[in-house]
Amino acid sequence: MNPRLLPYILILPVTLFLIVFFLYPFALVAQEAFTAGGGLSLQNFREVVGYWKFPISLRNTLLLAAAVVPVQLALALLMATMVNRMNRGRDLVLYVWTIPLGISDLAAGIIWLAIFEQSGFLNSMMGGLGLIDRPANFLSYQHPMIVFTAIALAEIWRATAIMLVILVAGIGLIPKEYYEAAEVFGASPWQRFVKITLPLLRPSLQTALILRVVLAFEIFAVVAALGGTIFPVLMGEIYAYQFDLLNGGAAAALALIVLAISIAFTLIILRVLRVPKGATI
Amino acid sequence: MSLAKKLSMAASGLVLIACATAAEAKDLLFWSTQARPVQEAQAMREGVLSGFDTPVDYQPNEDGPWLTRLKAELQAGKGTIDVLGALHGNFAAMSADDLMDLDDLGVSAQSTTFNTLAKLGTDKMQYLPWMQASYIMAASKQALPYLPEGADINALTYDQLIAWTANVEEATGEKKFGFPAGPKGLKHRFFQGYLYPSYTNGVVRTFASDAAVTAWEKFRELWSHTNPASTNFSFLQEQLLSGDAWIVFDHTSRLAQAFNDRPDDFVAFPAPAGPTGRGFMPVLAGLAIPKTAPDMEASKALVQYLMKPETQIATLKATNFFPVVDVALPDDLPPSVKAAGDAVAKMSGSADANPGLLPAGLGDMGGDFNRVYVDTFERIVLAGQDIRTVLDDQKKVLAGIMEKTGAPCWAPDAPSEGACPVE
Repeated sequence: MNPRLLPYILILPVTLFLIVFFLYPFALVAQEAFTAGGGLSLQNFREVVGYWKFPISLRNTLLLAAAVVPVQLALALLMATMVNRMNRGRDLVLYVWTIPLGISDLAAGIIWLAIFEQSGFLNSMMGGLGLIDRPANFLSYQHPMIVFTAIALAEIWRATAIMLVILVAGIGLIPKEYYEAAEVFGASPWQRFVKITLPLLRPSLQTALILRVVLAFEIFAVVAALGGTIFPVLMGEIYAYQFDLLNGGAAAALALIVLAISIAFTLIILRVLRVPKGATI
Repeated sequence: MSLAKKLSMAASGLVLIACATAAEAKDLLFWSTQARPVQEAQAMREGVLSGFDTPVDYQPNEDGPWLTRLKAELQAGKGTIDVLGALHGNFAAMSADDLMDLDDLGVSAQSTTFNTLAKLGTDKMQYLPWMQASYIMAASKQALPYLPEGADINALTYDQLIAWTANVEEATGEKKFGFPAGPKGLKHRFFQGYLYPSYTNGVVRTFASDAAVTAWEKFRELWSHTNPASTNFSFLQEQLLSGDAWIVFDHTSRLAQAFNDRPDDFVAFPAPAGPTGRGFMPVLAGLAIPKTAPDMEASKALVQYLMKPETQIATLKATNFFPVVDVALPDDLPPSVKAAGDAVAKMSGSADANPGLLPAGLGDMGGDFNRVYVDTFERIVLAGQDIRTVLDDQKKVLAGIMEKTGAPCWAPDAPSEGACPVE
């Protein structure tokens, strides 16, 4: 076989899969979004953007991503460096930390709901310790900040592991020689982290961040479980258009808006964390 | 292991799978949006459908997935679903051409109103009324001592309800009224079928009237004694049982578990009355056969079986939805059925009863119609916006929906020529 053709043959199945299950449906969704009343039109976009909840759900989605992703990044970096230093029990710790990854996001939301509810664990614990007289109501429309914090906590708990896994793999690829050389020159652990780990981790950071940011814009089930109707997000609005209002065109338009935001952020991350040409580990 | 042996094992495996699929293919697929909770679905299978001579595969689903699969089958022109079970609103959102006409089955509901609704604006039955329910109030017996003086729990007014919830809050320091304002809660039905008819004697015409402003002011007052976590409540039986709410409004089948688990702790009673009577509205579920049903005769037989009086009683026990045909109810009914039945009877039998109908003629805009009321609630009550401004704003959306669908008024609104006007 011609060795020059081999790579193309190898990626052919994936390409076909993506065309059939991603590009083709995507084209259909785009077509639906731009069609209204039988002709080409921006009516669907006008409708979803003009709805009074659109600015609120857009703001909530962006705020949540802005609050959750940096914390997750810091935590994942910390956890990855810790795991990397361990000699014994490393696998066990990694398994335990990645357990939340195996839980569906709705289940994760319900777990945290059981904690924050009026008759939930947090209330019974505080009651048992004598901190409060009667169960407090955390997840109410009067305390939007607590609702926001609860959702952010649940998200951090649930989805930090995906970044952790990528970063652990990335750190493992960094040759030990760099650290040894740095130690010879008397670099402190912090200096080693900032001057060696972070720069060499760039490709993994890029992947991890893109994955997390895009997923953060798609947050849905955790919000549905904890926020109910008081914390509208873009994905929830898409669901409402599609299934409550049976308005596929508007749902498709909103989905394209989420896609546009995701692409924009992906490009920004790609640009900011780009690996200079010719640089290798 | 020899190759021949492997092959023979693989072959026998295939035969087994083939047999299994063949056996499955004979089961009738009953595709439903009702009786979704696991216990109810199991009760449907064991208590209701096991008596039918062909095995039935009862599959309850959320509205979205229910409609998605049905639409896919209709578009493909070839289906596996034999019988549909869903609410009036689900069927109203479908095209009548996709459903079989069911006049020749020889069964129908006792109520002519229901039978007319089931025609979906055509002159043939598009679905058969299957079972009915309503919304009622329920309270924990702990709340009864705080009833305002002179108030009769079976003939409450909205003012008395507000005073009652205020008394409870004063005594316990907690807001104990529970309202289904959660994501899956049926709050829009409270506004459409209870609050608006009780204060404005209408739903659409009177949407932005001065009486509607009063109604929302009253509701705000009631909300000030409502458990603020209500925005997460969707099945009030849970809050009744946990004690987070003492006085609640909800769908009869969403209160059933409380009465069945602790029948002596709770009471059911009619919805309150306002200046224009005691507004209330029914819930109507129906049975239909999609055009693509693979075995039409079997589907029809299953529908006829479900409409039999004894099957209707079994359905009542399984789902807490009441029969739509004339039956004598037996004595061994579960506590939830007795409590709900009594409350509904008192509500419809009260002197100031003001029964409303389900929205009709909205087609697939039913969701948009509900959203008008939910948005109005969120803006006035949760966001605290000015009532008049919000009503004038939402009025335009509502008028747009009515004009687009051309739906005529339904009770308690006065009849209209053409689309129901928002006055």
